[in-house]
Amino acid sequence: MTSPDDLRDLDALASLTDPVRRRAYQAIADAAGPAGRDDVAEALGIGRTLAAFHLDKLVAAGLLAVSYARRSGKTGPGAGRPAKLYQVAAAEHAVSVPPRAYRGAAELLAEALEEAGAEETLNRVAQRHGRRTPACADATALLTGQGYGPVAAGPDRIELRNCPFHRLAEQFPPVICGMNLAMISGLLDGAGLDGEWTARMDAAPGRCCVTLSKNLRESPQEAV
Amino acid sequence: MTDFHLAQMNTARLRAPLEDPSMIEFAEGLSLMNDLADRSPGFVWRLAGENGDGTIVAPTDPSRIYTLSVWESPEDLRAYVYQSGHLDYLRRRRDWFVPNGPRAALVLWWLPAGKVPTLRQGISRLGRLDGNGPTPDAFTFRQLFPAPELSQL
Repeated sequence: MTSPDDLRDLDALASLTDPVRRRAYQAIADAAGPAGRDDVAEALGIGRTLAAFHLDKLVAAGLLAVSYARRSGKTGPGAGRPAKLYQVAAAEHAVSVPPRAYRGAAELLAEALEEAGAEETLNRVAQRHGRRTPACADATALLTGQGYGPVAAGPDRIELRNCPFHRLAEQFPPVICGMNLAMISGLLDGAGLDGEWTARMDAAPGRCCVTLSKNLRESPQEAV
Repeated sequence: MTDFHLAQMNTARLRAPLEDPSMIEFAEGLSLMNDLADRSPGFVWRLAGENGDGTIVAPTDPSRIYTLSVWESPEDLRAYVYQSGHLDYLRRRRDWFVPNGPRAALVLWWLPAGKVPTLRQGISRLGRLDGNGPTPDAFTFRQLFPAPELSQL
């Protein structure tokens, strides 16, 4: 709690104590892609200047990252100035008092599990835990509650913008991504959504390795 | 442009010969994944092997296979291995491969751009990784080392 790293993390998180700023952060985190101050001003019902003020504070704290793009799709002269867009920064921040090292333990466990080749057991456990989720009629609500940041990509597909296991998944992709797929499958099953959606491994840069696709409607089958 | 490329060697022990019915999905996936690798950004070279499918059988153990390839950067290799359709094959590796235990299954090392690594070099790098842990000569994604810098003249 006294190392410079810890204090930097604490500073970053402390910038979220302002309620408006916290909502501004949440608005960016909930957006389907990089969003501008106008989007946040509208979502929060505040002025654009105030929205920009809080967003830039969040950038200074390292919680948001900035990019510039023309939003109209126009290019060349007359297309206007590129808009300043915000998105959640890649860096992670955690503060624990007293000090705890759960990630270190998780890394050891993942390495041991990989060495033992026990992925099947892990997947079974993950699926079982997923199935314990209460019934839920909405896949987006279900996965939002688990921190996946789901976003519709067309009517028949859901992508997950956040990987709750990100650092660990980067270090042990087959183990952690396999576990993740098993857990999401279990969640869908437990929620009663497995008839509507199927989770599958569909890895791509910058998002969770799992996507959901809507099941093709089956013709009703008569019991024989 | 960087003056060094990243070589990777990967090894696995098959649960059954490639012709076995239990291995069909793996065997069929080989050409799909090789095609994907060949058109992935940053792909430089891979050892095609006698079968042309990219799997090299160890001379002393027909169940031990290797792949050997060269990439422009660790990011390029990572994007192919872990952020593409390839990940689903990795996820299913226990269906087809015996766990490698504490022995390294993947090793990375830098080599001058334009050079082609040999199977023998790759096996030797795997041995170094097993013996010494990650070093600039033999490392893994979990602990990358930067490319060597050519001495400034």
